[in-house]
Amino acid sequence: MNFKIMHMTKLFAIGLITSWASWSSLSYADDAAFKAMMGSSFQPIGIATLERLKQDETQLACSNFKKDQLQLTDSLKSRIEKNNLQTVILPADQQYFGDWKEGEKIAQSGKGSTWSDKIDDVNGGSCYNCHQIDKKEISFGNIGPSLYNYGKLRGNSPAVVQYTWSKLYNAKAFNACSNMPRFGTFHLLTDNQLRDLMSLLFDPLSPVNQ
Amino acid sequence: MLIKFVTLTLLMAMSGLPIVRAQSSSDEIAKYREMLADGNPAELFEGAGEELWAKPMGPKGKSLQTCDLGLGAGVVDGAFAQLPRYFKDTQRVQDLESRLVTCMQVIQGVDVNDIMADEFGRGHRKDIEAIVAYVVTHSKGLKINPPMNHPKEKALYELGERAFYFRAGPMDFSCATCHGVQGQRIRLQDLPLIASNQGAALAWGSWPAYRVSSGEFWTMQRRLADCYRQQRFPSPKYTSDVTIALSVFMAAKAKGGVVQTPGLKR
Repeated sequence: MNFKIMHMTKLFAIGLITSWASWSSLSYADDAAFKAMMGSSFQPIGIATLERLKQDETQLACSNFKKDQLQLTDSLKSRIEKNNLQTVILPADQQYFGDWKEGEKIAQSGKGSTWSDKIDDVNGGSCYNCHQIDKKEISFGNIGPSLYNYGKLRGNSPAVVQYTWSKLYNAKAFNACSNMPRFGTFHLLTDNQLRDLMSLLFDPLSPVNQ
Repeated sequence: MLIKFVTLTLLMAMSGLPIVRAQSSSDEIAKYREMLADGNPAELFEGAGEELWAKPMGPKGKSLQTCDLGLGAGVVDGAFAQLPRYFKDTQRVQDLESRLVTCMQVIQGVDVNDIMADEFGRGHRKDIEAIVAYVVTHSKGLKINPPMNHPKEKALYELGERAFYFRAGPMDFSCATCHGVQGQRIRLQDLPLIASNQGAALAWGSWPAYRVSSGEFWTMQRRLADCYRQQRFPSPKYTSDVTIALSVFMAAKAKGGVVQTPGLKR
C-alpha cells in the first residue's frame, strides 16, 4: 500500500482546504506576487512534488506572521486544534505499545520524505533532533521539551496514554502551530512505529524512565 | 596553501572531526576555526575562482573582468557586501550567483539552460562556486550593507519574509521552524535566529562556506537548496525568485553585521 500517496490525499482533506485567494485576509505582502514567486521557483524531484507547496488550513494559519509575530486568533486556534483532533485514530484493540528498543532506533533516525529519499524508504521520527530522550544520548536538540523520565513522571493512566498517542499522531490537535510534524495523520510513521515510540516513552525498562 | 590543506586534513583525522560530544558543536568548530586561522580550505576554491574570473571562456571567449557586480564593471572589492541589489540592465534584484549567471550569459555567451541543468559542484556551477569564493573573500571584514532603496528590493524583502514563515509539506516545516527562536539547536547544531539582526548576520555573514564534513564549498544557493530539502519541500530552482527573496530578507536583517565569508562549517 502506498502510504505517501495516501498521506498527500489526507494533507488536502484535513481541515478546510484553503485556496491561495483567501490569503488576502491574512497577509500583507502582495498575494499575487507571492503566489507567482512560489509557483515559479520550485521544481519537483522524486517524491517531493509541487503538491507539497499547497497549504492546508493549519499550515496557512501558522504561516501568518507580521513583524515576526504569529497572528492567530483564539477562535481560529481552537478550530484548527479541533479539526486536527478529529484526524486522530486510536490504535486497533487498544494496542498502544510495542518495543522500546525499536522506538529508540526510530527516535534516532531523521531519515525520510526528502527529495533524495525513495517512496518506500522508512521514515524516522527525528525525535532527537528536537528532544532530549535517553539521557545517554547527548546529541539532542532543544526545540521541543525534554522527554527524559516521560512515563516515570506522568504514570500510565489510560488518559495519559491516549493523550500521548494522540500527540504523536497529530501534535496540532493540542497546539495549533506546534513545530512537531503530524506523524500519524500524514502517515510519516506507521501505527507499529508509533507503538514502539510509545514504549520508549512509557516502558519502565526503557532508558527514558531509568 | 597545499600544506595548509594537508595540515587541516591531519588535524581532522587526529581529532576525529566531526566530534559531537560537547554541549554544542559550535564550541568545537570555533576551536578549529582558531587553529586554522587563515588556513580555510576555501582558499583552494578562491584561488581557482581568481583564475576563472580572468580567463577567457565561453562561446565568446571573454573573461568576466568586465562583469558589473554592482559597484561598476570589473569591481570585485566590496561588491559582495552590497548584494543582493537591483540591477538596471536586467531589471531584477540579483544575488551574487544570479549576477554571475547574467555575466556568463551576456559577456561569455554561455547558455543559461546549461547552467540551470548542472548540479551543484558540477560543470558551470563548479566554476561559479569558485568565482563566488573569490568574490566573497574580497568583502571579508566589511559591513553587510545591501542598498535596500529600490522598490523592487523592498518588495523582495517582504516576499522573502513571507517565504521565511511559509509552512507546508508533509512535516509542516518553514525556515522559521528551525531559525525562528533564539538559542535553538537541532541535535547539537546551533541555529541562528534569522529574524534577528545578530542571527541574520551570523547566517548571511558566514555563508558561502567550506564544509568540513563533505569537503565541499557551499554557496548560499546551495545552502538554501539543502534547507528546503530538509524542509521536505520540492527543490528551489537555481537562482529562483524565492532564493533571491530569502537572500534579500537575510541580508537586510543582517545589515551592519560583518562579512566573514568564506566561512568554515561542520
